[in-house]
Amino acid sequence: MNYLYAAYVATWVIHGTYLAILVRKYSKIRRETESLKK
Amino acid sequence: MKRGFSILAIVTALLLSFALYEALIAAPTERTMGDVQRIFYYHVPSAWTAFVLFLINFVASVVFLIRRDTKADILALVTAEVGVVFCTVVLATGPIWARPVWGIWWTWDLRLTLTLVLWLIYVSYLVLRRFSASSQTPVLAAVLAIFGALDVPLVYFSIWFFRTQHPSPVIGGGGSLDPRMAHVLLINWAAFLCLAWLVCWTRYRLEVVEREVEEAQALESLLEDSR
Repeated sequence: MNYLYAAYVATWVIHGTYLAILVRKYSKIRRETESLKK
Repeated sequence: MKRGFSILAIVTALLLSFALYEALIAAPTERTMGDVQRIFYYHVPSAWTAFVLFLINFVASVVFLIRRDTKADILALVTAEVGVVFCTVVLATGPIWARPVWGIWWTWDLRLTLTLVLWLIYVSYLVLRRFSASSQTPVLAAVLAIFGALDVPLVYFSIWFFRTQHPSPVIGGGGSLDPRMAHVLLINWAAFLCLAWLVCWTRYRLEVVEREVEEAQALESLLEDSR
């Protein structure tokens, strides 16, 4: 049962990490857009 | 556009929750492996989703090489990136499933090795796109993607034509899968395809805006230099 949960948790950790990278990228682009507007 | 995205996000969330319930609770328990076999409902759909994304990447790369279309170039980049994420899930869940069933985490079996090679090819593709500043980078990346895509059928058919440790295909390969298990498998695949579509859509928009910002920054620095 531990292996089953480990696999499911690993899957969502991988997807979550990628989504976190996308959110960071979005924040960076937003900052750059703001500085361009100034 | 915004409404379509919201609808897709809601459908994906509902489908993923339902698919998780089906995989962990509703699906029948396999007789020999027991509950650990339920890893199958994440491992296999992730692999199929990665294959679909790499196939789109292949088509987009060919279109880019023929027409030099920026949209095709962005689509190729986005599908490769999301495909690598799904392929990483396959490479993570595979050993976790192999350990209790085969007694080992990893073996240099043909299918496992080819999957690792596939992952390495697309990681190289992303590294090339990230760190090369040459104007020829999209062309080189498209050529690499076409070679990378050749590995997809090799991975898929390796268990048809060679004796490997990996089990036979469950659908269309002579394997017998309980219809209820096949149903849960397809629900999970549909959920992962929706997730892939949603993430690709987000990443595509992000890439378009990022390129626009880079162009604006370049223009701004040119204007500053000329002053």
